[in-house]
This record gives sequence, C-alpha cells and structure tokens, in this order.
Amino acid sequence: MEPIKGRVYKFGDDINTDVIYPGKYLSITTDREEMAKHCFETVYPAFLKDARPGDIIVAGRNFGCGSSREQAATCLRYFGIAGVVAESFARIFYRNAINLGLPVLVAPGITRVVQHGDTIVIDLEKGSVTHTRTGTTTESSRLPDFVLGILQDGGLIAHLRRSLSRGGEQGVE
Amino acid sequence: MTIAEKILARAASRTSVKPGEVVTAKIDVAMSHENADVVLRAFREIGLDKVWDPERIVILFDHRIPAESEKTAITHQRIRNFVAEQGIEHFYDLKEGICHQVLPESGLSRPGEVMVGTDSHTTTHGAFGTFATGIGATEMAGVWATGELWFTVPASMRINVTGAFRKCVSAKDLILKVIGMLGAAGADYRSVEFRGTTITSMTIASRMVLTNLSMEMGAKVAFCIPDDKTIAYVRERTREEFTVLLPDGDAVYADEIEVDVSDLASMVACPHSVDNVKPVSEVAGARIDQALIGSCTNGRLEDLAIAAEVLYGKRVAAGVRLLVIPASRRVYLEAVQKGYVEVFLRAGGLVLNPGCGPCLGAHQGLLAPGEVCISTTNRNFKGRMGSPESSVYLASPATVACSAIAGAITEPAPGSGQ
Repeated sequence: MEPIKGRVYKFGDDINTDVIYPGKYLSITTDREEMAKHCFETVYPAFLKDARPGDIIVAGRNFGCGSSREQAATCLRYFGIAGVVAESFARIFYRNAINLGLPVLVAPGITRVVQHGDTIVIDLEKGSVTHTRTGTTTESSRLPDFVLGILQDGGLIAHLRRSLSRGGEQGVE
Repeated sequence: MTIAEKILARAASRTSVKPGEVVTAKIDVAMSHENADVVLRAFREIGLDKVWDPERIVILFDHRIPAESEKTAITHQRIRNFVAEQGIEHFYDLKEGICHQVLPESGLSRPGEVMVGTDSHTTTHGAFGTFATGIGATEMAGVWATGELWFTVPASMRINVTGAFRKCVSAKDLILKVIGMLGAAGADYRSVEFRGTTITSMTIASRMVLTNLSMEMGAKVAFCIPDDKTIAYVRERTREEFTVLLPDGDAVYADEIEVDVSDLASMVACPHSVDNVKPVSEVAGARIDQALIGSCTNGRLEDLAIAAEVLYGKRVAAGVRLLVIPASRRVYLEAVQKGYVEVFLRAGGLVLNPGCGPCLGAHQGLLAPGEVCISTTNRNFKGRMGSPESSVYLASPATVACSAIAGAITEPAPGSGQ
C-alpha cells in the first residue's frame, strides 16, 4: 500500500465511540455521508469546522473505547479521515476501522513527538510513522499480512467479495 | 489452557492454542439488535442470497423500542422483512427485552460456545462460560456469510474474589471497584476470569453484572467458571447439547489480582468515565434530578427486588424522576407478580417497557444541560444520556434507590429499606 501523508488532528486518551458518534444519531443506519456530518459533533464540535478530508487523527491511549457502534469508524472514513494513529486502540473500534478500510496504526510514543497541525506520513507496509518537519520516524507494530490484505481491498466486504468469488475462504492462513 | 484458550481451540478444531496466535473460529451464536440493519446492508453488498445458518443467527430489538422515530420504524420493518426472507427463527422483535437478558433466558448462552454480538456488552454471556464478545456490523456480515471469524487468542487475567458482601453491597460495587483499580484500558484485549468463593456463591444474575461491565475495562471476553448453578440454569432453558469447558489447573495467566470484598463499601463511577470510581460516601449529598434502575447491567429481578425493598412505603424526593426499566418481559412479569411494580408506582416512580431505555442516549428520559442522573447502567461518558452538559453517576440498584428517596446521592446504610 502507498504511504499516506496528511495533516494531524490530535486527540487525548480514552476517546470513546459515544464522543466520536453521538447515540442520538444511531438511527442513521445506511446513509454514510449523513453519518460523516456528525463526527465528534456533541463534545468536540470544532472538529467539523476545522478538520479536513485527508487529515490523520493522532490520539492517545484506548482510542475508540466503549460501544461497538460501527458508525464511529464509518463517520470518520466517510468524512475523509485518511487514517488513525494512536498509542493504543480499543479492540472493537480497531477491527471496525480495518473492516471499513480505514487505516489504523498503533504507534507507542506518537503523542509525544507529533503536534496538532503537523504533517506525518504513515507507512502501513513498514509499520512506521514519519514526522515530515523533523524527519523523526516512530516505529509501530506492523499489521499481519491478512489484515493488510483487508485494508488493501478497501475493507472486509470488498475482500470477501473477492475471496468468495475465487471460491476461497476468508481464513487467516 | 485457560477457559478462553480451551473454547477457541475447540472452535478452531485445534488441540491447543497460545495467546497471540491468530485462529479462525466457528461461530455458535451470532446476535444483533437494531444494528442488524447495518449488517444486512453490508451482507447484501457481499452479494450472497442466503445466510450461512439461519438457526445460529439471533435478532431482536432493544435499543430504540417502541420505535422512537419514523427512521427507526423503517429500520425495524427492514429487519423484519429480512428475518422472514432468511427464515431466522430466533427473532424476538421488540417484545422480549434486552439482548443480554433475553438470550440467556432463551437458553442461547451456553458453556463452551463462541458467541459474537454487534453489541459491546456481549461479554455478559461469559457468565455462562461462553466465549462471548462484541464485533462491528461489517464483521457480522462476514459471519452471516461464512460462519467464521478470526480472533487473536487473548492473554488471560485472573481475578480471585473472596469474602462476603456487607448488606447493600453487591456485584456492581465489586466490579466498579475493580474497574477503578485497573482503569478503562486495564484489561484491554484480555480474557478475564472471575474466580473464588465470592463468585461461586453469587447468583447467575450477579455474575452477569461482572462480565457485563468487564467491557468497560477493555476486556475482549470475561468469564465466571461454569458450575452446577450455571449448568442447571442453562439446562432448564434449552435442549441443545453443549460441552462445559473449564480452565486447566496449570493454565497460564498474564496477571492475577486478589480482591477481598468483606470491607467493600458501596461504590460510584463519577462523571465522565467509568474508571473514575469513588466510595459513595465521598460524593454523598450531590444533588440528582433523575434516578434510573435498569439496563443490561442491573435490570434483573434481584436488582428490582433490592430497589423495591428500599423503596417500600417511601416516596421519591420531590423534583426527582425515578425511572425503572425491567431488563426483559419475563423480569417485568415476575416483578409484577412479586409486587415490586406496585412499590415503584406508589413511590412515585415510572416503570417503562423492557429495553435499553435512555442508557445510550436515544430516547425515554434524556438529560437537559446541568441535570444529574444516578443510574445502574454501564456508561457515563460525556453526553451519553443527553446533553453534553449533563452528568451521570453509575452505582448499584441499592444506592440508586436510596438516592432517589433522598434526592441526593446517598450511601445505602445496612438495614435501609423495610
């Protein structure tokens, strides 16, 4: 996969999915563009004014904790967020992001070296984040190949369409 | 092997598995609520006509019932049509209650099996020795298509609990204490096993409080080890065969924690995070506007029983709204038969239909700016139950009931109630 370059939009620790996508909009189940209009709307309304498609979210520990609502990953993906890099992720959000084709990378120490508004390049194949101003690179754990494969195909649905049409299994081997 | 490793090994047709390995497991039960609408859209996009096994798929409505908007009504309608088209028999529409109560009641939460649900609190079913975890809607579409899912085998953590609870202190206070100790990410990606004499003497309903709230410290799955009580509960409700899997004596745990509940006081999670836990005594006197008893955490008969005991012959404080939401139709019916509903009504409470109620901020009792709610539910995130300027405290049914009477957060004193 090509490295992804983008401007950093930074958040702190324990950003939960109620904050990313408020419960009052859960009745929106199919209109993904509509979901994108409500990212962080209740608690961080500045996001919808200041963030731009192509931005990369950098966050602290446990990003995406709480509810399993997939809209939390969908709204970011359809807003145009290019990827999320965090000190750590909550597991359901992490899987949802991959399944929707939203690149996610665990990069311990990233919040210490990257500031809001910086530009970074994330390389999923290498498992690294490069800070363009300083040239510093933060290593991260590389995603397993079959997970990268899901992201490469643009998400689980496209991946399954491909593998089922080949008569193959979605298995991990 | 730990219980999580044993179940994953069985589901992946392997003799053994180790933490960190990635395995593909066969799914025994796949549960969805209203978000089945998101799942079925993704399922259609895969391009298949039929789900892998309609007998293993469970669908019900609990998050927004009865439909609070036309949008939700259409969602419900689309799901009903899909259920009929696919021949899904385990469909409970909106009449049975919350998924994490209805599945156990229906004998669908069974030891040794793998359950996935498009709801984060699916960890609840680990109270029956089920490897049960929450997944997203797209991933569920993959399960509907293939009947399988990949898992990283989690490292396990053992929480040994000993001692007897003081009166008015319960499983909710214990799990809040543990979440306060470990933090919101303290069990991230882990399998948590609750062990020890306190757990074996607990009711099934109390065990479910522990596994339900383990999600709030990041657990992938949480378990109470199945025993005679578990097996009796499940056998009464299903004729399906199941294999009880237990952890081995030489199982390896990444962490072990000891908790003695003998001196445990009533606990409360303060705004705006579930790990912001304090003894109730430290925040006693804080004004409340709403008191809520219900949810997949604490809407079961024993929760309503303790609340009714506290509220018997009393009145809810002026200016306080008491909402009671039984977790299921069966719980509601028993609460009617035992007279609890009458106690709540006489006390000035409002008893709503079984379901998730306002817990997730959709309807039925949302909060205005500046309002405070004390609740037996499971999340107090900023804006979760309405205005981002409102506050939610999480506590046990006894604490919530005592607070409703006082009009302020109140520690239940031993002997409070009748």
